[in-house]
Amino acid sequence: MTEHPATPAIVISGLTVVRGDRQVLTGLSLDVASGSVTGLLGPSGCGKSTLMRAIVGVQLVASGAVTVLGKPAGSVPLRHQVGYVTQAPSVYTDLSVEENLRFFAAVVGAEGTRVDEVVQTVGLGGLEQRVVGALSGGQRSRVSLATALLGRPRLLVLDEPTVGLDPVLRADLWRTFHELAREGTTLLISSHVMDEAAECDEILLMRDGAILRQTTPEGLRSETGEPDLSRAFLKLIESSVST
Amino acid sequence: MTWAIAKRVLWQIRRDPRTIALLLVVPVFLLVLLKYVFAGQPSIFRTIGVPLCGLFPFIVMFLITSIAMLRERTSGTLERQMTLPMSRLDLLVGYGVAFGLLAAVQAIVVCTVGFAALGLDAAHGIWVVALLAVGNALLGMALGLGVSAFARTEFQAVQFMPALIFPQLILCGLFIERSQMSTALYWASWALPLTYSYDALARATKPAALGGWFALDVLVTITATVAALALGAVTLKRRTP
Repeated sequence: MTEHPATPAIVISGLTVVRGDRQVLTGLSLDVASGSVTGLLGPSGCGKSTLMRAIVGVQLVASGAVTVLGKPAGSVPLRHQVGYVTQAPSVYTDLSVEENLRFFAAVVGAEGTRVDEVVQTVGLGGLEQRVVGALSGGQRSRVSLATALLGRPRLLVLDEPTVGLDPVLRADLWRTFHELAREGTTLLISSHVMDEAAECDEILLMRDGAILRQTTPEGLRSETGEPDLSRAFLKLIESSVST
Repeated sequence: MTWAIAKRVLWQIRRDPRTIALLLVVPVFLLVLLKYVFAGQPSIFRTIGVPLCGLFPFIVMFLITSIAMLRERTSGTLERQMTLPMSRLDLLVGYGVAFGLLAAVQAIVVCTVGFAALGLDAAHGIWVVALLAVGNALLGMALGLGVSAFARTEFQAVQFMPALIFPQLILCGLFIERSQMSTALYWASWALPLTYSYDALARATKPAALGGWFALDVLVTITATVAALALGAVTLKRRTP
């Protein structure tokens, strides 16, 4: 770990994003601790993906500052340090698993042996020669994830990586995420399934383009008096609407 | 990096043998068709056959590139690459190398069949025609890259072919000498890059020395390619709304 643990991996202040005539993010601020697994949770359409695009530097921003690993989001040195996995698997469906990984390994300058390592990490051993278009949805999204791991990024931004996966696979992936965090990687993982909040060190609860609460699973339970995180989130929304 | 991108693009096409077959067979088939359509007037076939050998790659690469780049835009792979240490120039040149190689293969096949089997002849040699064909293919590729930014769907992208390419084909002098067109169309044809590509091919077939006009044709084709690539680079935005 080169980064001092006290320095946040992501700092955002007053981020506003306008898409079309709609304000998707409204003066949003947050920070994400280094080496943590942070869950970005909220209903579909609340702006999670837009926020993640802003963090990796592909989103046009109306105002506000996004600092990632001490540098402005999207700046050149960060392109070696940030791994991004979009919601829909962004890999080439007409290439094999291995061809996809070899291509992206060449782009990020990863050594050839990394390809085998990431295949094992995401549990795709034995499928290397299969064409991605012939794989199941869950397998495709794991190819996409493997691609992001190639360059050993210090920050991984994962947009709904577990959506549509079976429970066993989901548990496997969460184990992988925690292993990566132990090795010093910071992970920001979005989900609209509140149950997944329990897997995170920290949670960011998002609603209507703003952060409703930055807390921990334990903090959310004790604040609302609800052991079930889904209900706790609902309770929080209801109380925020009534006030 | 450039080579990695070129290799990736070629590997994608290699997975699609039917596309490769179409790339190689369709131009040959069309040429054979023309040969028999003009069986009674072989001089017409000889006049338009050689330029067509050099224009097929232009049309085909325009179509293929616009669809390939549109797929990169819609599948998220372009966005992913924009977060990685890859410059836009890498991407453009990578595409250029891949489609240039593909165009070379296509041009060699079409020219070989046309010259060896169908009786076409060019005063300045088959290689001049094949080289011009590759140059035209790169122009088509560059235009395809640029217009892909203006298409949201494949339905739209394929329509750019009749919208942007057909008028150029009609006005370039292939169907009728430009000097016989109305004044307005004649002057309009000067503004279209394909006019120069066609003129270079037509000059390569005639025994007269290639000379200054040929050099100008080549120069304009190259300039138009670079300009279209620059337009393409502008449309490859790292940050999108």
